[in-house]
Amino acid sequence: MSINVRIPTILRTYTQEQSQVSAEGATLTDVLDSLESSFPGIKARVVDDEGKLRRFVNIYVAEEDVRFSKGLDTPTPDGSQVSIIPAVAGGC
Amino acid sequence: MSITAETSTGSTLREGAFGHATELACRECGSTQELGPYYVCRECFGPLEISYDFPAITREQIEAGPNNIWRYKALLPVPDDIEQSPNLEPGFTRLLRADNLARELGLTRLWVKDDSTNPTNSFKDRVVACALSAAREFGSKVFACPSTGNLANAVAAAGARAGIKTVVFIPSNLETPKQVNSAIYTENLVAVDGNYDDVNRLAGEIAGEEDGWAFVNVNVRPFYAEGSKTLGYEIAEQLGWRLPDQVVIPVASGSQLTKVHKAFRELVTLGLVEDKPVKIFGAQATGCSPVSEAFREGWDVIRPVRPDTIAKSLAIGNPADGVYVLDIVRETGGAIADISDDEVRDAIVLLARTEGIFTETAGGTTVGVLKKLIETGQLDTSLETVVINTGHGLKTLDAVTDLVGPAATIAPTYEAFTAAGIA
Repeated sequence: MSINVRIPTILRTYTQEQSQVSAEGATLTDVLDSLESSFPGIKARVVDDEGKLRRFVNIYVAEEDVRFSKGLDTPTPDGSQVSIIPAVAGGC
Repeated sequence: MSITAETSTGSTLREGAFGHATELACRECGSTQELGPYYVCRECFGPLEISYDFPAITREQIEAGPNNIWRYKALLPVPDDIEQSPNLEPGFTRLLRADNLARELGLTRLWVKDDSTNPTNSFKDRVVACALSAAREFGSKVFACPSTGNLANAVAAAGARAGIKTVVFIPSNLETPKQVNSAIYTENLVAVDGNYDDVNRLAGEIAGEEDGWAFVNVNVRPFYAEGSKTLGYEIAEQLGWRLPDQVVIPVASGSQLTKVHKAFRELVTLGLVEDKPVKIFGAQATGCSPVSEAFREGWDVIRPVRPDTIAKSLAIGNPADGVYVLDIVRETGGAIADISDDEVRDAIVLLARTEGIFTETAGGTTVGVLKKLIETGQLDTSLETVVINTGHGLKTLDAVTDLVGPAATIAPTYEAFTAAGIA
Protein backbone atom coordinates (compact mmCIF):
# COMPACT_ATOMS: atom_id res chain seq x y z
CA MET A 1 0.00 0.00 0.00
CA SER A 2 1.79 3.13 -1.13
CA ILE A 3 1.09 6.13 1.05
CA ASN A 4 2.12 9.76 0.59
CA VAL A 5 3.34 11.36 3.80
CA ARG A 6 3.65 15.10 4.26
CA ILE A 7 6.56 15.93 6.56
CA PRO A 8 6.46 19.11 8.68
CA THR A 9 9.44 21.48 8.56
CA ILE A 10 10.65 20.42 11.97
CA LEU A 11 11.10 16.77 10.87
CA ARG A 12 12.76 17.44 7.52
CA THR A 13 16.20 17.03 9.04
CA TYR A 14 15.35 13.30 9.10
CA THR A 15 14.13 13.17 5.50
CA GLN A 16 16.99 15.06 3.81
CA GLU A 17 14.74 18.13 3.53
CA GLN A 18 12.03 16.32 1.59
CA SER A 19 8.56 17.64 2.41
CA GLN A 20 6.70 14.73 0.86
CA VAL A 21 7.84 11.10 1.07
CA SER A 22 6.40 7.66 0.30
CA ALA A 23 5.76 4.92 2.81
CA GLU A 24 4.08 1.54 2.97
CA GLY A 25 1.45 0.20 5.37
CA ALA A 26 -2.18 -0.71 5.89
CA THR A 27 -2.51 1.27 9.12
CA LEU A 28 -0.88 4.38 10.49
CA THR A 29 1.32 2.30 12.81
CA ASP A 30 2.64 0.37 9.79
CA VAL A 31 3.23 3.62 7.93
CA LEU A 32 5.22 5.05 10.84
CA ASP A 33 7.33 1.90 11.02
CA SER A 34 7.90 2.14 7.28
CA LEU A 35 9.01 5.77 7.69
CA GLU A 36 11.34 4.73 10.49
CA SER A 37 13.07 2.17 8.29
CA SER A 38 13.67 4.80 5.61
CA PHE A 39 14.44 7.66 7.99
CA PRO A 40 15.77 6.35 11.31
CA GLY A 41 14.84 8.36 14.37
CA ILE A 42 11.73 9.94 12.94
CA LYS A 43 9.26 7.67 14.67
CA ALA A 44 10.43 8.61 18.18
CA ARG A 45 9.62 12.26 17.47
CA VAL A 46 6.02 11.34 16.82
CA VAL A 47 5.35 8.38 19.09
CA ASP A 48 6.48 8.23 22.71
CA ASP A 49 8.16 5.40 24.69
CA GLU A 50 4.78 3.88 25.47
CA GLY A 51 3.87 3.73 21.81
CA LYS A 52 1.33 6.54 22.06
CA LEU A 53 1.00 9.49 19.69
CA ARG A 54 2.81 12.44 21.29
CA ARG A 55 0.48 15.03 22.79
CA PHE A 56 1.58 17.88 20.55
CA VAL A 57 1.52 16.05 17.25
CA ASN A 58 -1.52 15.81 15.01
CA ILE A 59 -1.71 13.26 12.23
CA TYR A 60 -4.29 13.46 9.48
CA VAL A 61 -5.20 10.59 7.18
CA ALA A 62 -7.13 11.90 4.19
CA GLU A 63 -7.74 15.24 5.96
CA GLU A 64 -9.23 13.54 9.04
CA ASP A 65 -7.51 13.93 12.42
CA VAL A 66 -6.72 10.37 13.51
CA ARG A 67 -7.71 11.19 17.09
CA PHE A 68 -11.28 11.35 15.78
CA SER A 69 -10.81 8.01 14.13
CA LYS A 70 -8.76 5.03 15.35
CA GLY A 71 -5.58 6.76 16.40
CA LEU A 72 -2.51 4.81 15.42
CA ASP A 73 -4.75 1.95 14.21
CA THR A 74 -6.39 4.19 11.61
CA PRO A 75 -6.42 2.40 8.26
CA THR A 76 -4.35 3.93 5.47
CA PRO A 77 -5.77 2.82 2.11
CA ASP A 78 -3.49 2.72 -0.91
CA GLY A 79 -2.77 6.18 -2.27
CA SER A 80 -3.94 8.05 0.84
CA GLN A 81 -2.35 11.25 2.02
CA VAL A 82 -0.99 11.26 5.55
CA SER A 83 0.02 14.61 7.07
CA ILE A 84 2.06 15.06 10.24
CA ILE A 85 1.42 18.51 11.69
CA PRO A 86 2.59 20.04 14.98
CA ALA A 87 -0.41 20.73 17.20
CA VAL A 88 0.01 24.44 17.11
CA ALA A 89 -1.73 26.04 20.05
CA GLY A 90 -4.29 27.40 17.66
CA GLY A 91 -5.29 30.84 18.78
CA CYS A 92 -7.55 33.01 16.71
CA MET B 1 23.62 40.41 26.76
CA SER B 2 23.71 39.66 23.06
CA ILE B 3 21.69 37.12 21.21
CA THR B 4 22.67 35.59 17.94
CA ALA B 5 20.04 34.12 15.76
CA GLU B 6 19.08 34.10 12.14
CA THR B 7 16.51 36.36 10.63
CA SER B 8 14.36 35.31 7.71
CA THR B 9 16.80 37.02 5.39
CA GLY B 10 19.77 35.31 7.00
CA SER B 11 21.22 38.38 8.66
CA THR B 12 21.96 38.61 12.38
CA LEU B 13 19.55 40.22 14.77
CA ARG B 14 20.41 43.62 16.20
CA GLU B 15 21.44 44.02 19.82
CA GLY B 16 18.42 44.18 22.13
CA ALA B 17 15.97 43.17 19.39
CA PHE B 18 13.87 41.29 21.90
CA GLY B 19 14.45 43.38 25.01
CA HIS B 20 15.20 41.23 28.03
CA ALA B 21 14.14 37.96 26.36
CA THR B 22 16.99 35.45 26.45
CA GLU B 23 15.88 32.23 24.76
CA LEU B 24 12.95 29.97 23.88
CA ALA B 25 12.09 27.14 26.27
CA CYS B 26 9.71 24.24 25.73
CA ARG B 27 6.80 24.40 28.12
CA GLU B 28 6.45 20.66 28.02
CA CYS B 29 9.99 19.24 28.28
CA GLY B 30 12.12 22.27 29.14
CA SER B 31 14.49 22.05 26.15
CA THR B 32 15.82 25.43 25.14
CA GLN B 33 16.75 26.97 21.83
CA GLU B 34 17.83 30.36 20.51
CA LEU B 35 15.30 33.12 19.88
CA GLY B 36 13.95 32.88 16.36
CA PRO B 37 10.74 32.38 14.33
CA TYR B 38 10.11 28.98 15.92
CA TYR B 39 7.11 27.78 17.85
CA VAL B 40 7.55 24.03 18.20
CA CYS B 41 10.08 22.21 20.37
CA ARG B 42 12.57 20.18 18.35
CA GLU B 43 12.44 17.40 20.92
CA CYS B 44 8.78 16.87 21.70
CA PHE B 45 6.75 19.22 19.46
CA GLY B 46 5.62 21.05 22.60
CA PRO B 47 4.93 24.80 22.65
CA LEU B 48 7.88 27.17 23.01
CA GLU B 49 7.77 30.07 25.45
CA ILE B 50 9.98 33.10 25.88
CA SER B 51 12.38 33.16 28.84
CA TYR B 52 13.61 36.45 30.24
CA ASP B 53 16.27 37.98 32.42
CA PHE B 54 14.21 40.86 33.77
CA PRO B 55 15.87 44.02 35.09
CA ALA B 56 14.82 45.57 38.39
CA ILE B 57 11.76 47.67 37.64
CA THR B 58 9.61 50.02 39.72
CA ARG B 59 5.98 51.06 39.65
CA GLU B 60 7.10 54.63 38.97
CA GLN B 61 9.01 53.59 35.85
CA ILE B 62 5.92 51.86 34.49
CA GLU B 63 3.62 54.73 35.44
CA ALA B 64 5.92 57.11 33.56
CA GLY B 65 5.34 55.14 30.37
CA PRO B 66 2.69 55.76 27.69
CA ASN B 67 -1.00 54.89 28.15
CA ASN B 68 -0.70 51.74 26.06
CA ILE B 69 0.98 48.34 26.30
CA TRP B 70 4.45 49.81 25.79
CA ARG B 71 4.49 51.04 29.36
CA TYR B 72 5.32 47.36 30.05
CA LYS B 73 7.90 47.05 27.25
CA ALA B 74 10.63 45.97 29.68
CA LEU B 75 8.58 42.82 30.35
CA LEU B 76 7.86 42.06 26.69
CA PRO B 77 10.07 40.63 23.91
CA VAL B 78 10.41 43.99 22.17
CA PRO B 79 13.29 46.44 21.73
CA ASP B 80 13.61 49.51 23.89
CA ASP B 81 12.82 51.75 20.90
CA ILE B 82 9.53 49.96 20.14
CA GLU B 83 7.55 53.18 20.52
CA GLN B 84 9.34 54.61 17.48
CA SER B 85 8.01 51.84 15.22
CA PRO B 86 4.66 52.62 13.58
CA ASN B 87 2.00 50.69 15.48
CA LEU B 88 -1.60 51.05 16.64
CA GLU B 89 -0.65 51.72 20.29
CA PRO B 90 -3.11 49.27 21.81
CA GLY B 91 -3.92 48.56 25.42
CA PHE B 92 -4.30 50.41 28.70
CA THR B 93 -8.03 50.01 28.20
CA ARG B 94 -10.50 50.86 30.94
CA LEU B 95 -11.10 48.74 34.00
CA LEU B 96 -14.72 49.59 34.82
CA ARG B 97 -16.37 49.00 38.16
CA ALA B 98 -19.57 47.14 37.37
CA ASP B 99 -21.80 47.90 40.36
CA ASN B 100 -25.12 47.36 38.57
CA LEU B 101 -24.16 43.96 37.25
CA ALA B 102 -22.61 43.06 40.61
CA ARG B 103 -25.86 43.87 42.34
CA GLU B 104 -27.82 41.87 39.76
CA LEU B 105 -25.61 38.81 40.30
CA GLY B 106 -25.16 39.18 44.04
CA LEU B 107 -21.44 39.98 43.87
CA THR B 108 -19.70 42.24 46.38
CA ARG B 109 -17.30 43.80 43.88
CA LEU B 110 -17.05 43.26 40.13
CA TRP B 111 -14.83 44.87 37.49
CA VAL B 112 -14.98 44.58 33.72
CA LYS B 113 -11.67 44.86 31.90
CA ASP B 114 -13.03 46.35 28.71
CA ASP B 115 -10.78 45.49 25.78
CA SER B 116 -13.50 46.28 23.25
CA THR B 117 -12.09 49.80 22.99
CA ASN B 118 -8.76 48.70 21.49
CA PRO B 119 -7.86 50.01 17.99
CA THR B 120 -9.60 47.13 16.18
CA ASN B 121 -12.00 46.48 19.05
CA SER B 122 -10.59 43.30 20.51
CA PHE B 123 -7.74 42.25 22.75
CA LYS B 124 -5.94 40.89 19.68
CA ASP B 125 -4.33 44.27 19.11
CA ARG B 126 -2.06 43.52 22.07
CA VAL B 127 -0.71 40.21 20.85
CA VAL B 128 -0.45 41.42 17.27
CA ALA B 129 1.67 44.40 18.33
CA CYS B 130 4.17 42.02 19.91
CA ALA B 131 4.16 39.72 16.88
CA LEU B 132 4.69 42.69 14.59
CA SER B 133 7.76 43.70 16.53
CA ALA B 134 9.18 40.19 16.15
CA ALA B 135 8.35 40.11 12.43
CA ARG B 136 10.17 43.42 11.99
CA GLU B 137 13.24 42.23 13.83
CA PHE B 138 13.30 39.00 11.80
CA GLY B 139 13.05 40.92 8.54
CA SER B 140 9.79 39.17 7.58
CA LYS B 141 8.28 40.34 4.31
CA VAL B 142 4.71 39.15 4.95
CA PHE B 143 2.66 39.50 8.13
CA ALA B 144 -0.03 36.82 8.21
CA CYS B 145 -2.46 34.82 10.31
CA PRO B 146 -5.22 32.22 10.30
CA SER B 147 -8.17 33.66 12.20
CA THR B 148 -11.77 33.40 13.26
CA GLY B 149 -11.98 37.11 12.74
CA ASN B 150 -10.64 39.35 15.47
CA LEU B 151 -7.03 38.39 14.84
CA ALA B 152 -7.40 38.98 11.10
CA ASN B 153 -8.80 42.46 11.80
CA ALA B 154 -5.90 43.25 14.11
CA VAL B 155 -3.20 41.87 11.81
CA ALA B 156 -4.55 43.62 8.73
CA ALA B 157 -4.79 46.97 10.51
CA ALA B 158 -1.43 46.72 12.28
CA GLY B 159 0.26 45.70 9.03
CA ALA B 160 -1.28 48.63 7.19
CA ARG B 161 0.05 51.04 9.82
CA ALA B 162 3.48 49.42 9.76
CA GLY B 163 3.65 49.38 5.95
CA ILE B 164 4.15 45.63 5.70
CA LYS B 165 2.24 43.30 3.35
CA THR B 166 -0.46 41.31 5.17
CA VAL B 167 -2.26 38.10 4.19
CA VAL B 168 -5.06 36.87 6.44
CA PHE B 169 -6.90 33.54 6.25
CA ILE B 170 -10.43 33.07 7.62
CA PRO B 171 -13.13 30.37 7.52
CA SER B 172 -15.45 31.28 4.66
CA ASN B 173 -18.57 31.16 6.89
CA LEU B 174 -17.34 33.97 9.13
CA GLU B 175 -19.79 36.78 9.97
CA THR B 176 -19.79 39.51 7.33
CA PRO B 177 -18.80 42.32 9.71
CA LYS B 178 -15.64 40.43 10.62
CA GLN B 179 -14.82 39.81 6.94
CA VAL B 180 -15.26 43.48 6.05
CA ASN B 181 -13.38 44.51 9.16
CA SER B 182 -10.30 42.76 7.79
CA ALA B 183 -10.70 43.32 4.05
CA ILE B 184 -10.93 47.06 4.65
CA TYR B 185 -7.26 47.12 5.68
CA THR B 186 -5.84 44.58 3.24
CA GLU B 187 -6.55 43.31 -0.25
CA ASN B 188 -5.20 39.88 0.74
CA LEU B 189 -8.07 38.33 2.68
CA VAL B 190 -8.33 34.61 1.90
CA ALA B 191 -11.60 32.80 2.73
CA VAL B 192 -11.05 29.06 3.31
CA ASP B 193 -13.82 26.46 3.01
CA GLY B 194 -13.36 24.81 6.38
CA ASN B 195 -13.53 25.48 10.11
CA TYR B 196 -10.93 27.36 12.09
CA ASP B 197 -8.88 24.24 12.81
CA ASP B 198 -8.64 23.60 9.03
CA VAL B 199 -7.52 27.19 8.45
CA ASN B 200 -4.99 26.92 11.26
CA ARG B 201 -3.55 23.71 9.85
CA LEU B 202 -3.23 25.29 6.40
CA ALA B 203 -1.42 28.25 7.93
CA GLY B 204 1.00 25.87 9.63
CA GLU B 205 1.75 24.23 6.29
CA ILE B 206 2.22 27.54 4.51
CA ALA B 207 4.46 28.79 7.33
CA GLY B 208 6.64 25.75 6.72
CA GLU B 209 6.82 26.29 2.97
CA GLU B 210 7.06 30.05 2.44
CA ASP B 211 10.17 32.00 3.38
CA GLY B 212 9.90 35.23 5.30
CA TRP B 213 6.22 34.90 6.24
CA ALA B 214 5.49 35.71 9.87
CA PHE B 215 2.26 33.99 10.88
CA VAL B 216 1.55 35.81 14.11
CA ASN B 217 0.01 32.88 15.97
CA VAL B 218 2.06 30.17 14.27
CA ASN B 219 5.78 30.65 13.68
CA VAL B 220 6.15 33.79 15.81
CA ARG B 221 3.62 32.55 18.35
CA PRO B 222 5.93 32.69 21.39
CA PHE B 223 6.43 36.44 20.79
CA TYR B 224 2.77 36.99 19.97
CA ALA B 225 1.46 35.20 23.04
CA GLU B 226 3.40 37.44 25.42
CA GLY B 227 1.15 40.36 24.49
CA SER B 228 -1.70 38.88 26.54
CA LYS B 229 0.34 39.37 29.70
CA THR B 230 -0.42 43.08 29.41
CA LEU B 231 -4.05 42.33 30.31
CA GLY B 232 -2.84 40.97 33.63
CA TYR B 233 -0.36 43.80 34.20
CA GLU B 234 -3.04 46.43 33.52
CA ILE B 235 -5.63 44.81 35.76
CA ALA B 236 -3.15 44.85 38.63
CA GLU B 237 -1.93 48.39 37.97
CA GLN B 238 -5.45 49.76 37.54
CA LEU B 239 -6.62 48.15 40.77
CA GLY B 240 -3.88 50.20 42.44
CA TRP B 241 -1.01 47.75 42.12
CA ARG B 242 -2.75 44.79 43.62
CA LEU B 243 -4.17 41.51 42.41
CA PRO B 244 -7.91 40.67 42.35
CA ASP B 245 -9.28 37.59 44.12
CA GLN B 246 -10.95 35.99 41.11
CA VAL B 247 -10.70 36.43 37.34
CA VAL B 248 -12.99 34.96 34.67
CA ILE B 249 -11.36 34.58 31.27
CA PRO B 250 -12.74 33.20 27.98
CA VAL B 251 -10.96 30.10 26.68
CA ALA B 252 -10.36 29.52 22.98
CA SER B 253 -6.78 28.23 22.63
CA GLY B 254 -6.26 28.87 26.32
CA SER B 255 -3.32 31.15 25.63
CA GLN B 256 -4.86 34.29 27.16
CA LEU B 257 -5.72 32.58 30.43
CA THR B 258 -2.23 31.14 30.80
CA LYS B 259 -0.62 34.50 30.05
CA VAL B 260 -2.79 36.48 32.48
CA HIS B 261 -1.78 34.04 35.19
CA LYS B 262 1.87 34.33 34.09
CA ALA B 263 1.62 38.13 34.27
CA PHE B 264 0.31 38.05 37.83
CA ARG B 265 3.15 35.72 38.87
CA GLU B 266 5.74 37.95 37.17
CA LEU B 267 4.44 41.03 39.00
CA VAL B 268 4.80 39.20 42.30
CA THR B 269 8.33 38.01 41.47
CA LEU B 270 9.34 41.53 40.43
CA GLY B 271 8.02 42.88 43.73
CA LEU B 272 5.45 45.10 41.98
CA VAL B 273 2.45 43.61 43.77
CA GLU B 274 1.96 41.65 46.96
CA ASP B 275 1.54 37.94 46.57
CA LYS B 276 -1.91 36.57 47.28
CA PRO B 277 -4.06 33.72 45.96
CA VAL B 278 -5.93 34.53 42.76
CA LYS B 279 -8.52 32.03 41.55
CA ILE B 280 -8.56 31.74 37.76
CA PHE B 281 -11.78 30.70 36.02
CA GLY B 282 -12.24 29.76 32.36
CA ALA B 283 -15.31 30.27 30.22
CA GLN B 284 -16.40 28.31 27.16
CA ALA B 285 -19.51 27.83 25.09
CA THR B 286 -21.03 24.35 25.34
CA GLY B 287 -20.83 23.94 21.56
CA CYS B 288 -17.03 24.04 21.83
CA SER B 289 -16.05 23.15 25.35
CA PRO B 290 -13.26 20.60 25.28
CA VAL B 291 -11.42 22.22 28.19
CA SER B 292 -14.55 22.58 30.30
CA GLU B 293 -15.37 18.92 29.64
CA ALA B 294 -11.87 17.83 30.66
CA PHE B 295 -12.13 19.86 33.86
CA ARG B 296 -15.51 18.42 34.73
CA GLU B 297 -14.42 14.85 34.01
CA GLY B 298 -11.13 15.19 35.88
CA TRP B 299 -9.04 14.42 32.79
CA ASP B 300 -5.42 15.38 32.18
CA VAL B 301 -5.79 15.49 28.42
CA ILE B 302 -8.13 17.34 26.09
CA ARG B 303 -10.42 15.42 23.77
CA PRO B 304 -10.69 17.40 20.51
CA VAL B 305 -14.20 18.38 19.44
CA ARG B 306 -15.84 19.74 16.31
CA PRO B 307 -16.99 23.25 17.25
CA ASP B 308 -20.63 24.22 16.84
CA THR B 309 -21.39 27.47 18.60
CA ILE B 310 -22.20 31.08 17.84
CA ALA B 311 -19.15 32.03 19.92
CA LYS B 312 -17.01 31.76 16.81
CA SER B 313 -14.01 33.51 18.35
CA LEU B 314 -13.85 30.70 20.92
CA ALA B 315 -14.38 27.91 18.37
CA ILE B 316 -11.06 26.12 18.68
CA GLY B 317 -11.78 22.39 18.74
CA ASN B 318 -8.24 21.34 19.55
CA PRO B 319 -6.68 23.88 21.93
CA ALA B 320 -3.10 22.83 22.58
CA ASP B 321 -2.85 25.25 25.54
CA GLY B 322 -5.88 23.50 27.02
CA VAL B 323 -3.87 21.26 29.32
CA TYR B 324 -2.07 24.27 30.79
CA VAL B 325 -5.43 25.92 31.42
CA LEU B 326 -6.48 22.80 33.35
CA ASP B 327 -3.29 22.93 35.42
CA ILE B 328 -3.70 26.60 36.29
CA VAL B 329 -7.39 26.41 37.08
CA ARG B 330 -6.92 23.41 39.32
CA GLU B 331 -3.82 24.84 41.00
CA THR B 332 -5.49 28.16 41.79
CA GLY B 333 -8.76 26.70 43.03
CA GLY B 334 -10.77 28.05 40.10
CA ALA B 335 -13.01 26.21 37.66
CA ILE B 336 -14.06 26.09 34.02
CA ALA B 337 -17.68 26.09 32.97
CA ASP B 338 -19.63 26.26 29.74
CA ILE B 339 -22.99 27.67 28.76
CA SER B 340 -25.43 27.34 25.89
CA ASP B 341 -25.60 29.73 22.96
CA ASP B 342 -28.88 31.13 24.33
CA GLU B 343 -27.21 31.85 27.65
CA VAL B 344 -24.37 33.56 25.76
CA ARG B 345 -26.83 35.85 24.01
CA ASP B 346 -28.74 36.62 27.18
CA ALA B 347 -25.49 37.54 28.89
CA ILE B 348 -24.59 39.99 26.11
CA VAL B 349 -27.90 41.73 26.73
CA LEU B 350 -27.44 41.59 30.51
CA LEU B 351 -24.04 43.28 30.38
CA ALA B 352 -25.26 45.95 27.98
CA ARG B 353 -28.40 46.71 29.98
CA THR B 354 -26.66 46.83 33.36
CA GLU B 355 -23.35 48.47 32.46
CA GLY B 356 -23.63 50.00 29.01
CA ILE B 357 -20.94 47.71 27.63
CA PHE B 358 -21.68 45.90 24.37
CA THR B 359 -19.67 42.72 24.18
CA GLU B 360 -19.35 40.13 21.43
CA THR B 361 -20.24 36.45 21.82
CA ALA B 362 -16.92 35.66 23.56
CA GLY B 363 -17.69 38.29 26.18
CA GLY B 364 -21.25 37.01 26.50
CA THR B 365 -19.71 33.62 27.18
CA THR B 366 -17.52 35.07 29.92
CA VAL B 367 -20.32 36.98 31.64
CA GLY B 368 -22.72 34.07 31.25
CA VAL B 369 -20.21 31.69 32.78
CA LEU B 370 -19.62 34.16 35.63
CA LYS B 371 -23.35 33.94 36.30
CA LYS B 372 -23.32 30.14 36.11
CA LEU B 373 -20.30 29.81 38.42
CA ILE B 374 -22.14 31.95 40.98
CA GLU B 375 -25.22 29.75 40.69
CA THR B 376 -23.20 26.56 41.20
CA GLY B 377 -21.33 28.10 44.11
CA GLN B 378 -17.94 27.61 42.45
CA LEU B 379 -17.28 31.34 42.44
CA ASP B 380 -17.31 33.20 45.78
CA THR B 381 -19.61 36.22 45.60
CA SER B 382 -17.87 37.93 48.52
CA LEU B 383 -14.53 38.09 46.68
CA GLU B 384 -13.36 40.85 44.32
CA THR B 385 -13.84 39.59 40.77
CA VAL B 386 -12.69 40.74 37.34
CA VAL B 387 -14.17 39.59 34.03
CA ILE B 388 -12.40 40.25 30.75
CA ASN B 389 -14.39 41.65 27.83
CA THR B 390 -12.27 40.62 24.90
CA GLY B 391 -14.20 42.10 21.99
CA HIS B 392 -16.90 44.54 20.89
CA GLY B 393 -20.48 43.46 20.24
CA LEU B 394 -20.52 45.25 16.88
CA LYS B 395 -18.45 42.34 15.59
CA THR B 396 -21.18 39.78 16.28
CA LEU B 397 -24.36 41.76 15.73
CA ASP B 398 -26.08 38.73 14.21
CA ALA B 399 -25.97 36.99 17.56
CA VAL B 400 -28.41 39.42 19.17
CA THR B 401 -30.35 40.79 16.21
CA ASP B 402 -33.42 38.74 17.06
CA LEU B 403 -33.21 39.45 20.79
CA VAL B 404 -33.35 43.21 20.80
CA GLY B 405 -35.13 45.81 18.75
CA PRO B 406 -37.71 48.57 18.96
CA ALA B 407 -40.22 48.27 21.79
CA ALA B 408 -42.82 49.80 19.47
CA THR B 409 -43.16 51.33 16.03
CA ILE B 410 -45.56 54.25 16.22
CA ALA B 411 -47.10 56.96 14.13
CA PRO B 412 -45.57 60.40 14.75
CA THR B 413 -48.34 61.52 17.11
CA TYR B 414 -48.48 62.08 20.83
CA GLU B 415 -51.53 59.83 21.02
CA ALA B 416 -49.67 56.98 19.38
CA PHE B 417 -46.83 57.48 21.85
CA THR B 418 -49.08 57.34 24.92
CA ALA B 419 -50.93 54.36 23.50
CA ALA B 420 -47.65 52.48 23.17
CA GLY B 421 -47.21 52.56 26.95
CA ILE B 422 -43.55 53.53 26.91
CA ALA B 423 -43.80 56.36 29.43
